Amino acid sequence: MSSVLYDAPGPRARTRNRVLAAVFTVVLLALAYFVYVKFDEKGQWAAEKWKPLVQGDVWRTYLIPGIRGTVTAALAAGVLALVFGAVFGLGRLSDHWWVRLPAGAVVEFFRAIPLLILIFFAFFGSFAVLGVTISAFAAVVFGLTLYNGSVIAEIVRAGVLAVPRGQWEAAYAIGLRKGAVMRLILLPQSVRSMLPVLISQLVVLLKDSALGYIIAYIELLHQTDQIGAQFGNIVPASILVAGIYIALNLTLGWLATVVERHSRRRGQRVLHADQQALETA
Amino acid sequence: MGALLDHRDEILAAFWLNVKLSAVSAVGALVFGLLLAALRVSPVSVLRTAAGGYVTVLRNTPLTLVIFFAAFGLGAELGVKFSDTITTNNFWLAVLGLVAYTSAFVCEAIRSGINTVPVGQAEAARAVGLTFAQSLRMIILPQALRAVVAPLGSVLIALIKNTTIAATIGVGEAALVMRELIETESNAVFAIFLGIAFGFIVLTLPTGLFFGWLARRVSVLR
Repeated sequence: MSSVLYDAPGPRARTRNRVLAAVFTVVLLALAYFVYVKFDEKGQWAAEKWKPLVQGDVWRTYLIPGIRGTVTAALAAGVLALVFGAVFGLGRLSDHWWVRLPAGAVVEFFRAIPLLILIFFAFFGSFAVLGVTISAFAAVVFGLTLYNGSVIAEIVRAGVLAVPRGQWEAAYAIGLRKGAVMRLILLPQSVRSMLPVLISQLVVLLKDSALGYIIAYIELLHQTDQIGAQFGNIVPASILVAGIYIALNLTLGWLATVVERHSRRRGQRVLHADQQALETA
Repeated sequence: MGALLDHRDEILAAFWLNVKLSAVSAVGALVFGLLLAALRVSPVSVLRTAAGGYVTVLRNTPLTLVIFFAAFGLGAELGVKFSDTITTNNFWLAVLGLVAYTSAFVCEAIRSGINTVPVGQAEAARAVGLTFAQSLRMIILPQALRAVVAPLGSVLIALIKNTTIAATIGVGEAALVMRELIETESNAVFAIFLGIAFGFIVLTLPTGLFFGWLARRVSVLR
């Protein structure tokens, strides 16, 4: 393996690396053993702490509703954030200053403030503003939508601006109007390049839905707390739930790479088709 | 406005806590993140795998869960204790969570910085006979560190905003104070929200401008 830091190793370097690998394997195992012993001292390996996590009714009562809560909030907020992002991202690209400036201000504002204060504002402030207290679900979705929607707006804007200049010049040249240029030429091309980044943003959104815990929205972390209170196994429960989050996010991340590879392949085919068109023309 | 002014001491004290959380965690995350990045690019595959695993786990776990685990898992169950005063103890447990989480992002920023240095630079350095340490010190790091400024700025801004999540374990920072004020001063909800939001903008905006300026100033022309 040759990288910017190391040349491809020769015989001596290979031996040295093998020795280092052995040494550090021992160090890492010692570290793992230390953690194991510390857990053991506090009785964290006791069967009664882990057993509830494989019981069907614990999953039915706690974990499945938790996963459902996390996924519904993430899905609802994801869809709304995409709409919000499309509207404000394109708004920032508008020719009219009275559309561009407010859209820019909204996007910059929500990107600059912590998501948690949006959720608190929606949940605890809704009674004073609307006269009714909105549900924890609505507050979480509200916060996630505004924050992630603003980030997505920037992604959309960057994506559209990244389409080669010749594309929209050609579109105007054949007499398309503003709306048609955006709809027929710019968006189809930019959406493809945006997709991987958009999916990574959905990972962020899914992770942030855990903030619902603070306002007692029934999602995975809230259920972890409940399991911990019920069975006194907060450590095993947290480890399991972290695993669930990681699995969900890695699936999304894997989707992003698949989409990226797919669109790159399609991109090549498009390029290839263009060449053919040129050759036959 | 009145409500904000009435409670200005409380609000400023809360923001001071956010600043302290950010500063301490930023230093910790930078040190630990650098170490992780060093492991991540080392020639020893065991270390690469270990650091890569750490980064994958922490990057895909919600920060709320990390801080929750730091307080209720490490703190309450496993007996990790920094201080006998409960607020100080929670502060440090929150710092522990923030450092553990943020260092994964610092590691990725630094690694991507190293990857921006063209391989030819390192090959040329080796060709003129520089040792590993010399090429790292004189050729690679000066270029990599410059490329890392902008991403590290984004990580720092995210960290400043993330300090609000310390509210999970009752650290009395600005978000928690906002929540209390909304409940006690229900006729000034918008003013309180905008005031606290403005406070965060005051913290994040100059940071962003500074890092943007610094990144442009030190950027490598290629």
